[in-house]
Parts: sequence; structure tokens; C-alpha cells
Amino acid sequence: MNLLLLILIPLLTSVALLLTRNNAQVKWIALAGSAVQLVMAFVLLFAFNSQRAGGDTEQMLFQQHYKWFPAWRIGFHIGVDGISVAMVLLTAFVVIAGVLVSWNVQKMTKEFYFLLILLSLGAYGFFISLDLFVLFFFLEIAVIPKYLLIGIWGSGKKEYSANKLALLLMGGSALVLIGMLGLYFSAGQDRSFDLLQLAQLNIPVTAQHIIFPLLFVGFGVFTALFPFHTWVPDGHSSAPTAGSMFLAGISMKLGGYGCLRVATYLLPEGAKEYADIIIVLSAIAILYGAFATMMQKDLKYINAYSSVSHCGFVLLGIGMLTKTAITGAVMQMVSHGLMTALFFAVIGIIYERTHTRQVNEMGGLMKVMPFTTTVLFIVGLCSLGLPGLSGFVAEMTVFMGSWENADMFHRVATVTACMSIVVTAVYILRAIGSVAMGPLKNEAFSQIKDANWNEKLAAVILVAGILAIGIAPSWLNDLIRPGAEIIMNKVSGK
Amino acid sequence: MLNDFLILMKSEWVITLIIFLLLFIKIGKGMKNESLLSLIQVLLLLNAVAGFFFNKEGSLFDGMFYTSSLIAFQKAILSLGVYLISLVCADWLKKSQHLPEFFILMLSALLGMFLMISSGNLLIFYLALELATIPVAAMANFDLNKKISSEAAMKMILSSAFSSGILLFGISLVYGATGTISFTAIPQLLDGSPLQILAFVFLFTAFAFKLSIVPFHFWTADVYEGSPIATTSFLSVISKGSVAFIFISTLYKVFQPMHDVWYNMLVILAIATMLIGNLFALRQQNIKRFLAFSSIAQVGFILVGISSNTDAGLTSVVYFVLIYVFSNLAAFGVASAISEKTSKENIDDYKGLYKTNPFLCWIMALALFSLAGIPPTAGFFGKLFLITAGAAKASYMFITFAALNMIISLYYYLRVVRAMFMDKNDNPIEKIKTSKSVSLGLIICATGIVLVGLLSWVYEYIQSLGS
Repeated sequence: MNLLLLILIPLLTSVALLLTRNNAQVKWIALAGSAVQLVMAFVLLFAFNSQRAGGDTEQMLFQQHYKWFPAWRIGFHIGVDGISVAMVLLTAFVVIAGVLVSWNVQKMTKEFYFLLILLSLGAYGFFISLDLFVLFFFLEIAVIPKYLLIGIWGSGKKEYSANKLALLLMGGSALVLIGMLGLYFSAGQDRSFDLLQLAQLNIPVTAQHIIFPLLFVGFGVFTALFPFHTWVPDGHSSAPTAGSMFLAGISMKLGGYGCLRVATYLLPEGAKEYADIIIVLSAIAILYGAFATMMQKDLKYINAYSSVSHCGFVLLGIGMLTKTAITGAVMQMVSHGLMTALFFAVIGIIYERTHTRQVNEMGGLMKVMPFTTTVLFIVGLCSLGLPGLSGFVAEMTVFMGSWENADMFHRVATVTACMSIVVTAVYILRAIGSVAMGPLKNEAFSQIKDANWNEKLAAVILVAGILAIGIAPSWLNDLIRPGAEIIMNKVSGK
Repeated sequence: MLNDFLILMKSEWVITLIIFLLLFIKIGKGMKNESLLSLIQVLLLLNAVAGFFFNKEGSLFDGMFYTSSLIAFQKAILSLGVYLISLVCADWLKKSQHLPEFFILMLSALLGMFLMISSGNLLIFYLALELATIPVAAMANFDLNKKISSEAAMKMILSSAFSSGILLFGISLVYGATGTISFTAIPQLLDGSPLQILAFVFLFTAFAFKLSIVPFHFWTADVYEGSPIATTSFLSVISKGSVAFIFISTLYKVFQPMHDVWYNMLVILAIATMLIGNLFALRQQNIKRFLAFSSIAQVGFILVGISSNTDAGLTSVVYFVLIYVFSNLAAFGVASAISEKTSKENIDDYKGLYKTNPFLCWIMALALFSLAGIPPTAGFFGKLFLITAGAAKASYMFITFAALNMIISLYYYLRVVRAMFMDKNDNPIEKIKTSKSVSLGLIICATGIVLVGLLSWVYEYIQSLGS
């Protein structure tokens, strides 16, 4: 499988989008492009599994290396392990769902889809790159489309949110840049941006202690590390539906992946040094996010704050530094990506018909939109961790991994994080109950129709993903675990 | 001998020939502006293309004139920039009553810059610098019926005179301290005595004036705002670029023994320049003033690269200037097209521009993203390499500072993007019909912005010239 296809397909799609003159064709081109992406992601999954089954134990498969600024020892080096494959798969799911729910975008349709596809290009490139410079390049490519998506097609105080998001994320990337240069220069004569080469080097412990926080916080900003999570609620609530889906489903995962692949993997000593702080911060994020959600009245804010809480589990898993916990963290990224994208999609579907996102203005929607509210129930239950759905599997893995650390501190942190599940149950059930159950609150709601074919298709795709992880988690576990083991072996010095 | 004389100085010859041709056209029967401009564009294109070929290394006149393939490439970048200015400002130029004079002045300044980059001796350097400055002051006055334009010219000429005085004083001190003014002889005679440091500080100050390094930047904003956009873009791109080239080669070659002295100066001035440029740009309303402060901040980044004192630093500065030519001229081109048709130059006037002029908006956005250093534009690579080169030597604090400045700059570049794409406006600027040459110029700039970064051989090519 040629990994370049993952970059070329979105690139060609976006060029095709730019060249079309007819607005009606635009969405079909985008849909076709994202469908091909999904197919490619599955091809990648099967090719990867068959290669592994064939006994290929190399750390990164399908590697390709091209010259790119050799003077700086940068190379266009790409390759995947199980973790990257899982992330690519997640991206493909969210992209096609995002394209489908945006079917009715009227304003500047061409530009809208162009930016969506460009964002997906950044995400694919990020997940498959094995060179820090290339990784950084793709990380930043994804920033401006988000800014424009929120600022142009958003609602509410969109300019404020767009600015806040762009500046905070740029701040994060600036930290990543400094950390990256630190890594580059601390390698002495063998300086390189190549991830696998850097992993072979013994970077001095003192340097690791300086560089690790830069990289971790830098990537952490993307994944709502407390206290840098403030762009999340504003950004998500102002963004258009597909924008929120991409933000929460893909963009926040860039950060988690970076924390794991770059910060933890390359700087194991730094990770050990700061693990406790990461655990405390993520436990705060988990609880704070959950309690903050309880106070929200707006559906998008509810999901945004709950994203802060759920992404806390990703960082908690990384901070726990055990194989199972890290596997759980990646599973949580995939699970949360699918779940939150679906949640935002449903919110978008409801909002388009009721023109409100306030929970107390809705009620009894079950009667008029049975399909949508059913999906809402599924996603809610997934969020609160019902067995059989992906949320349970992922969070359970994180908890099990956390429990492997037997000392008091880790136990307390684990139990604290566990308690958030109760709070989650409260806000999810309350919100969904008042949206879906009871009598119709508003006369006008009796006229509204259920989801269209495209929205249904988007929901079905994402629900399928959630169920595939929830019912048969082992394939995802087997996919991710070897990658997590390599990272943990590096940390424990084997 | 004659061959060398012709080939080594070929860029200078070509420019001189064009100047004389224009002079004859002017005193002869004259031509219609449109056809004259097309002729000039063709000549400048030929000049720019020719600049990239047949470049040899060598020196003339006892080392007073020195050229190498890297220097010839630098000249070619400047020629390319002048060609692009003749394209993107075509609509304004066509209406000018004194088109030949404008180009005679501009090309004289360019000739001065060529000689300046090639100078091998402080005397010829001084003369060339003057030749590169005085015509620009006349160009600043070219909006003949605007008072603000004469004011700009006055400010320009006064501040240049002042900095020339400082430069001359510095040169005389250098001569007093070392007994020579030749670039090749000075390094051996430098021992870091206080008098030499003082002399160096004066020279440095003169460079700082021309590059508008903080705190010598005060003339910049007013001159940029008052001058016609063609002059402003020439000042901010060509003039800045050429001084950056000679600055870096003076520091690296002539004052190399004193690099401890200038390293500290560069670090402090780079920090001040980036910060002040960025903070002042935050609050500007006029797009020309805005770009003036943004160009000050860009110079701060160039200083970061220069501070590395390595070949990589030299290569990345040349690379960055190449990118800067494309990005800044694209931004000025859009501003010029709008200001020419509507005489609106404020950022607030750009509100809702995307509805009526999507093409101009995308070009402007691309240019601003490149200036801000956002991938996939070339500015990302340019800035990153400058910072990486600087990081090789500098402390973490310095690099952190540079990286944080990129965030501030993103804020104000996004302000323009936001005005064009997001802000609502009931009567935005109407549809602007740009002439073919303007569109061509903008498309060349946009292509440059995208390709110069992604194609890594451009960087490798510059590197191979330098080594």
C-alpha cells in the first residue's frame, strides 16, 4: 500500500473542487473524494494486518523516504504503525460523515468543502509522517482551515472564537517548534528531524527535562490539556456542524497523537519526570470538564465541555505510562473521535430543524424525529460508558492500565477520574431526556421532519464505527497494542 | 580583460542600457504610456531571466567590484522583484504623467543596489548606497498632487542624509583605525580595539537605518504611507532585500573577527525589532502603514537568521528574501489594485471584499499567510529556516521569543483576513477589474509563494551557490 495516496487523494480532491464551476457538483466531488479516502483507510487496515500476520515485525510499515531539504536533514519520511492506522481510520470516518452532514451548506459551498478536505489532508499527513519537520508542517496546515471554517460559516461570536482558536493553537505549535528545535540540536552531530533516528539517540536527561514540557504542552493545547482548554468550548460551539465534528473528532486527536508519538516516545526520561503532573492536570480536566458540563444549557457547549473531560482520559492514559493505559488512550482517541463527531452531527441535525440548541426549549423530539433521537441515545450512552459501545471499552482500558500502577497516588488519581463517570451519566441523561422525552414543547416542532438520507448515512457510518469497537474491541486492541508496547519499552528502558 | 569587464558586470550593463534607452525615448518623440509600459515590462523580464545565467566569479578594478554566483543570484532576485513591481502596479503606472522618469529613477536605484552588493571597498559601497537612496526619495514624491507624498519624500531624504553622515563618519573611523577601506584587507587588521568597535557601531547604525531596525525605524511608516504604492513596494522589498544582502556579507566577511560584538547587538536589536514592529502593526488602520510595520518585524526575523553566523544563515537569508519578494509584492499588488480604483487604503474598507473580489482576496490571504509563516506557503519554510539557523547558536530564550512573535504577527495578519472574509458590509468595494498585467503579476507571485517552499531544490540551489 502506497501511503502517499493518503495525501494525494485529498490533494486531488481539493484541486478538483477548486476547478469546478458548478456548485451542484461540488458536494458530489467532495463526497466521492471522502469515500475514496474511507476505502483507502480500509485498504490500509487490511494491508497492514496482513503484513503483520505475515510476520513482518518492523516498527513502521510501508515506509517511504524522499529527499526534502537535505541541507537541514529533513526528509519526507512516512510510514505507519498500528496507532497511526487507527488514527487514519478515525479521520476517514469523520471526514465522510462531515461531508455528508454539510450537504445543505448554501454559503460559499465550494470554499467550505475545499477547507474541509484541506483539513483532512493535514490530518492524514500528520498521522503518517515520521519526520518531525513534516509532522509540524501538516500540523500547521490544519490550523488555518479551522480558523476560516469557524469565522465564515460559524454562528454566535464566531470571530472571537476563531481568533482564540487560531492564536491558542499557534501558541501550541510555537511551543512544539521550540521543542522540536531543542530535540534537533540536542542530538549533537547526528542532528536530524527523523523520528526513528531520534528515537535511537540517547538525548541527555537534562535536555529531556527541558524539552518534554515544551512538546507536551504544545501538543496538549490541541487536545485540551488543562488549563489550555479554553478554546474548546468557544471553538466548538461557534463552528458549523462539520467544523465542530472535524475539530473534536480529528483536530483534538492531533494533539494526543503528538503527545504520545513525539513527546513521550522520543523523550522517555522527560515523560517519567512529568508523569505525575500530567496525571494531576488530566484528572482536573476530567472532573472539571464533567462538572462544567452539568451547568451548560446549550447542546454544543454540553458536548464541548464533555470533550474536555473525555480528552482528559487520553492524557491520563499517557501519563500513567503502562502498556494498557497507553493502548487505552489511543482507543479513547478513536472512540471519542467517532462519538463526539456523531454527537455534533446530531446536534446539527436538530438545530437545523428547531433553530435552537437550548436544552430547555426542546422536548419530545422523539415523536417527530425518531431516527435522530435514537442516534442521540446511542451516542449519549456511549459517552457515559455503556458496555457494548466504544466509550466503555476505551475508558475501561484506560482504567485497567491505570490500576496497574499500585501506589497510592496513581490509585487516588484513577478513582477520582472514575468518579467522573457518575457525573457524565447525570448530565447526559438529563440533557437527552429533556430533548427527546416528554410532550412536544413547541407547537412549531410538530411540523419538522426527521433526518435526510445524507444525514442518516453519516450517522449510520459513525454508529457502525462505535459498535465495531464496542462489540468486538479486540481488533482495535490488537492493532494498537504493539505500537504502545514499543513506546513503553522505550520508556522503561528495554 | 574586456570580456571579463563585460561579463562580470553584465547585470549593471543591462540596467544602464535600459536607463539610456528610456532616456532617449523620453527626449525623443515619446511613446504612449501603455506601449511604453509593455516595452519596459518585456525588457525587465529579459533582464530578470538573464540574471540567472552566465554568472561567473571574479573581481574588477583592484577588488573594488566583486561578484560571484551567489551575488549574481541576489541581483537576479532584485531584478525579478522590479519586474514584478512593473506588473502589479501597472494600473497606477499607466496613468502616471512621467512614466519614463519613474523607471529611470527606479532603475538607477537598482543599479546602485547592484553596485552596493558587489562593492569590495567602503568607498564604492558608500557611493552605491547613495545612488540607491536618492532616486528613491524622488520616487516617493511621485504622487504629484498629494501633499503627503512630498512629505514622505522630505522625510526620506532627511533621514537618509542623516544616516549617510553617520556612515561616512563610521567609514572615516574605520580608515583611521585600520588604515584601509578595502573589504579584503580590513579583517586582518581588526583587533577589537575600542576605536574599531566605535567605528563598527557607526557603520552598523547606517545599515540599521536602511533596514529600519528598531530604534532606527521612525522614518519607515510615514514614508511608506505617503509614497505611491509602487515606490512603497520598491522600498520595502527591493531596497530592504539589497541592504540585507550587503549587511550579511559585510558582517560575515569583513567584520567576522568581531562576531562576538555584533552577535550581541544583533540579538538585542532582533528582539526589539520583532517586538516593536509587531506591536505597532497591531493597531494600524492604513494598509500601507500596516505593511510597513509588518516589514519591520520581518527584518527582525532576518536578523535572527543573520545572527547564526553560518553558511546556513546566509542561505536562509537569501532564501527568505526571495520568498519575501513574492509575498510582499502580492500583498502590495492587491493593495495597489484596490487603492488605484477606489483610493481606499484602510483595512476597514476591505470588509466584505470577498463577495465582490474573491480573486484578490485569495491572493491577499495567501500573501499574508506567507508573511505570517503558515504552511503550505513558502513563508513557513523561510521563517522556520531562519529560526533554525539562529537556534544553532542562540539561547532558548531568543528562539522562544522569535516563536512567540510569530503568534503576535499571526493576530494582525488575521485581522485583514477577517475583514475580507468574515466581516459583514452592506456596500463593500465594488468589483475591481484588474488589467492583464496586474493579474499576471499576482499569479506569478502566488505561484512563487506556493512553489518556492514546497520545491526544496530552490533552497539547495541557493546553498550550492553559496558554498
